[in-house]
Amino acid sequence: MSPRYLELVCPAGTPAALHAAVDAGADTVYCGFRDCTNARNYPGLNFDADELREGIAYAHGRGCHVLVAVNTFPPAGNQAPWHRAIDTAADAGADAVILADLGVLDYATRRHPGLRRHLSVQASAANAPSIAFYRDHFGVKRVVLPRVLSVEEVAELVAATGIETEVFAFGSVGPMSEGRCFLSSYLTGLSPTSEGACAPASHVSYVEQDGRMLSRLGGTTLNCFGRGEPAAYPTPCKGRYVTHGRASYLFEEPIGLNAIKILPELKAAGVTALKIEGRQRSRAYVTQVVGDFRKALDALARGTTPPASGLKGETEGGRETFGAYHRGWR
Amino acid sequence: MNAHSPARLTLGPLLFHWSARKRRDFYLRIADEAPIDTVYLGEVVCSKRDSEFAGVRVEVIERLRAAGKEVVLSTLALVTTPAEVEAIRAVAGGDLLVEANDVAGVQLLAGRPFVVGPYINVFNEGARDFLLGRGAVRIVLPVEMPAKSIAVVAGGDARAEYEVQVFGRQPLSVAMRCYHARAHDRTKDHCQLVCGLDADGLTARTIDGSDILTINGTQTLTHGHAVLLAELESLRAAGVRHFRLSPQDLDMVAVAGLYREVLDGRCAPDAALAALRALTGEVPFINGFLHGREGLAWTNA
Repeated sequence: MSPRYLELVCPAGTPAALHAAVDAGADTVYCGFRDCTNARNYPGLNFDADELREGIAYAHGRGCHVLVAVNTFPPAGNQAPWHRAIDTAADAGADAVILADLGVLDYATRRHPGLRRHLSVQASAANAPSIAFYRDHFGVKRVVLPRVLSVEEVAELVAATGIETEVFAFGSVGPMSEGRCFLSSYLTGLSPTSEGACAPASHVSYVEQDGRMLSRLGGTTLNCFGRGEPAAYPTPCKGRYVTHGRASYLFEEPIGLNAIKILPELKAAGVTALKIEGRQRSRAYVTQVVGDFRKALDALARGTTPPASGLKGETEGGRETFGAYHRGWR
Repeated sequence: MNAHSPARLTLGPLLFHWSARKRRDFYLRIADEAPIDTVYLGEVVCSKRDSEFAGVRVEVIERLRAAGKEVVLSTLALVTTPAEVEAIRAVAGGDLLVEANDVAGVQLLAGRPFVVGPYINVFNEGARDFLLGRGAVRIVLPVEMPAKSIAVVAGGDARAEYEVQVFGRQPLSVAMRCYHARAHDRTKDHCQLVCGLDADGLTARTIDGSDILTINGTQTLTHGHAVLLAELESLRAAGVRHFRLSPQDLDMVAVAGLYREVLDGRCAPDAALAALRALTGEVPFINGFLHGREGLAWTNA
């Protein structure tokens, strides 16, 4: 077997997706509990304690690691579910927990010093002193970098902090500093930071009006589509807004992040691991995306050219970008 | 802190990109006329704007301090470049209290008292206690925080002071990308500081015509003004002692006067609300986050 080129960290939104990711060649999978303690608290997703135990057994049996995301911010007076989630992950034998809240990090550090801690993208640590802060106070071993940084900035952070970094390789382009965005709660009253669901389906509606389909979040119209045009999901930062009398995708176009063509750049920047997003996506998505990245990484590890990848159909809006990794995005 | 402690009125950092002259005039009038106890100064949104204030900063700080006001230096909410890190390190070495708005500030201010700004997530007792252990003396709570959580974090805790924004558009997000530049078909690297055209931010409407957001460079704010007047008394009872007015391009001295009168019991909240309406024009009032609702909502307290 070739030495590892970059660790491939893959989404396990359900036990079935965990199996699919492991079978498709994930080095590591990440998952969360079925409650507000993780940032993908959507109906039909996530794990209970028994499912996690079984998933870990399956993954470990095939040389694959399991990370558990406990990466939302507990509301005041109700920290116990977050503490329990960490206890449960530790008991189940998780390889690491992915955390964001200072209080949760403090709890995990004191109560489970032997349990490896990763810093979630929800903590929005985008500079060397922030990363040093989490490294020094909580013994954080790896930071998931916000997807607002260029490859050059990633390389500088790796050099300055000497810590493992994990970067987003495939998924959505998050234009906002994550974990600190209140757009969805501004429109719905439900907080992604503490309740773990951005643009919750319970508040989404599609309304036909004058031959157009309007997509709404809460009572606010975020986009409209012509007859037969696919209506995108109304996430606040992916909506169309009018400025100076002109409607545009002010924050971000319907486009997906795909870094499969710049893996050598990320490797040269000193990145440790690649994160594939999509705990809310299907098993077929997991199989295809993980499989394509596996093939690309194996080819690069052998020093050969990666095979052509056909992932465009899996990206948002069927279009793809390198996002912030290349500077023109800003 | 209890309900009988003196309530302090603070002026948050200016979030919009005003010219040096407009900034100077604004702060000198605050120094001379506004019943404000604490003024936060410094660029929170975009480091490209910083030089605009440099020429008048020393004079403004001197005048504010001569007028008996506490001056706190605010720092960037999203820090990515080494130059931005150095800027925080520079203020951390000075004499004035500093407001950290990124965890980088907490790291660089180690060993000194500091203020935790509203862009650092302090949603619970665990995060609060950790930061108090690092030297935080005042915590400005996140705008999303509902009253019941504020009461838990601030209530009965005498180790630090607690601050809540009670007037002005609420910041909802920060980004690396500049939306003001995008609205003008430019990129952040070639923005020509186009955010300076809109002294109160750029309104973004929904495609069916409702004003919904305010764009301010890389920052997105609410369209409506957060107005917590009827809630001041209950916030005080919950342990909040500092009340933040966020600068908007309107008569902030008059706004401060109204809040001061309500805090001192010289004006009923209802009457102050009506008087405030005359100062703010058509912009809606909102208070949803505090009441545990969608942020854009208004609840008659």
